[in-house]
Amino acid sequence: MSDTAVSSAGPTRPAQPAARPGAEAVRRSFSSPLASVFVIAVTVLWTIPTFGLLATSLRPKEAVATTGWWEMFVHPDLILSNYHTVLFEGSFGVSGGLMPYLVNSLAISVPATVFPLVLASMAAYALAWVRFKGSDTVFFVIFALQVVPLQMALIPLLQLFSGGAHLGGATILPAFDLSGTYVPVWLAHTMFALPLATFLLHNFISQLPRDLMEAAVVDGASHFRIFWSIVLPLCTPALASFAIFQFLWVWNDLLVALTFAGGNPDVAPMTARLAQLSGSFGGRWELLTAGAFLSLIVPLVVFFSLQRYFVRGLLAGSVKG
Amino acid sequence: MRTAQLADSAWIDTAIKLGNSLGAIAAFLAILLVVFLAAGLAAGRFQRPLAVLVFLGPAIVLLIVGLVAPLIRTVYLSFYNADSTRFIGGKNYGWALTTDSIHQVLLNTALWLVIAPLAATALGLVLALLVERMKHQAVYKSLIFMPMAVSLVGAGIIWKFVYEARDSSQQQVGLLSQLAVSLGWQHPPNWILSHPLNNFLLMAVMVWVQTGFAMVVLSAAIKAIPDEVTEAARLDGARGLKLFWFVTVPMIRTTLVVVLTTVMITTLKAFDIIRTMTGGNFGTQVLANEMYSQSFEQYNIGRGSTLAVILFLAVLPLVAYNIVQLRKERGTR
Repeated sequence: MSDTAVSSAGPTRPAQPAARPGAEAVRRSFSSPLASVFVIAVTVLWTIPTFGLLATSLRPKEAVATTGWWEMFVHPDLILSNYHTVLFEGSFGVSGGLMPYLVNSLAISVPATVFPLVLASMAAYALAWVRFKGSDTVFFVIFALQVVPLQMALIPLLQLFSGGAHLGGATILPAFDLSGTYVPVWLAHTMFALPLATFLLHNFISQLPRDLMEAAVVDGASHFRIFWSIVLPLCTPALASFAIFQFLWVWNDLLVALTFAGGNPDVAPMTARLAQLSGSFGGRWELLTAGAFLSLIVPLVVFFSLQRYFVRGLLAGSVKG
Repeated sequence: MRTAQLADSAWIDTAIKLGNSLGAIAAFLAILLVVFLAAGLAAGRFQRPLAVLVFLGPAIVLLIVGLVAPLIRTVYLSFYNADSTRFIGGKNYGWALTTDSIHQVLLNTALWLVIAPLAATALGLVLALLVERMKHQAVYKSLIFMPMAVSLVGAGIIWKFVYEARDSSQQQVGLLSQLAVSLGWQHPPNWILSHPLNNFLLMAVMVWVQTGFAMVVLSAAIKAIPDEVTEAARLDGARGLKLFWFVTVPMIRTTLVVVLTTVMITTLKAFDIIRTMTGGNFGTQVLANEMYSQSFEQYNIGRGSTLAVILFLAVLPLVAYNIVQLRKERGTR
């Protein structure tokens, strides 16, 4: 597979080769005005739906109910009040707006990014540099766990969080009362992220220069010191890529959110609420589009500002889930 | 006034929630720091085992509790009845393979699995070839890639709005309906309700999301083809489509298959689009959403687990192939 797609976590990525004669040849063979028209048409087609969403969210209620958003080019009458309405007033037949859900999204995503990132980098360091009998086997098992889809873990995990764990008549884990807190969602995201995170970070950490590590050991540094002051700083690019990927994965996730937070306004994120609203109130498009766009702002900002890291992290993580 | 008060209480709520969240991170890091410091004091022959335990322990425990044990338990539950009180052997599997409604689900899933990934990969490949020689290609690439950044819920709402249909006496507000009307189709159908068309309209959303991914990966693969290969082919007289079909495609075959299987995995597991746009109604149900409905809406744990196992078995060869392929590539570099 190609360089960009796979070596996202590799520390020694060769620079992307600039246009070269061979690729140039293929390229020229396809050059025609028709090709440009095609690409532009696809780009426009790909952008219009999102633009329509944004445009609708900025139009007054009456205009949205009676005319299509393209009418705004004829009668530009844009307002921001829809956003205020969805955030604070609701009008969804429920008290309060989407503000609590937006906050929940953030309050879920940040810890659910930090926890797996730290735990996976620790595990990856141990597997790469504190070798022990069976460390290869452990690594392979973690690597292989990537094949398990989320769906396989949902029911037992939910039962565990609500009822504890029992084997025979003996209680292994008591039931914690975690409902109404973020803890189940954080834990679930952390658990599901670990195989991929450990695998990617291991690829990176195991390629750190051996001399450097040995020199640190000779100087008498403990593993904890090496991890903290050598490994983590050197891993920043890989950590950043994975952090962005994981943050957006959690932010955009619906399955884990619905299962472990449901529709509870104390804990449920935007995606869970929007999925509910989308089914229940098709009539108020100016509000639904405003709500949807609110949840898109964060990914779009991350995407356009950190595109390089984003694409790398995303390509590397594309098998997750 | 009332709005202002609501806004005030919303801000207080916000502060508390974000405080909890940051507090949890601080507590997590503090515990780690204490453990690190304590474990760092150990000397001699305990140092290594202790380091392994501290570094690897948390991840292993979480993986066992969160993935390994649930995996085994889900398989176990799939042989039990709805509330897991009675062993019923393979009855749930029999139900999944013989019930008409589940046949529809499996058929839909199979259609999704074939059509959406093929369409996204093919379109991505064409775009990868065409966009390279254009000015401002970065702009086109990022706009086409952009849907990949948004949630499938967001994508579902965006497209639900495109497919919105009104009675033909009213003015249309959905783009597709308006397009149909302006092309002379006086009474366009209610797209989302028209089976089997609605399945393909939902797949279009997945294609919209995944094409950018395919384009970016394939574009990188095309750039990585050695110059000598294309030059030699050109000297032999290969041009245009011929060059593309007999040189470019074979050279990037592995990448093509990996892209295809990756999109397939996403497609198999995606339930967000269906849940947001139709809720699985109107004959659009797929496996991942049916699994969720059976488990958490019908509370039939046995059937839900069975569908999860079927999903697992379907996705297993794809992911296995994919990660082995990625590992091989890594090994050769």
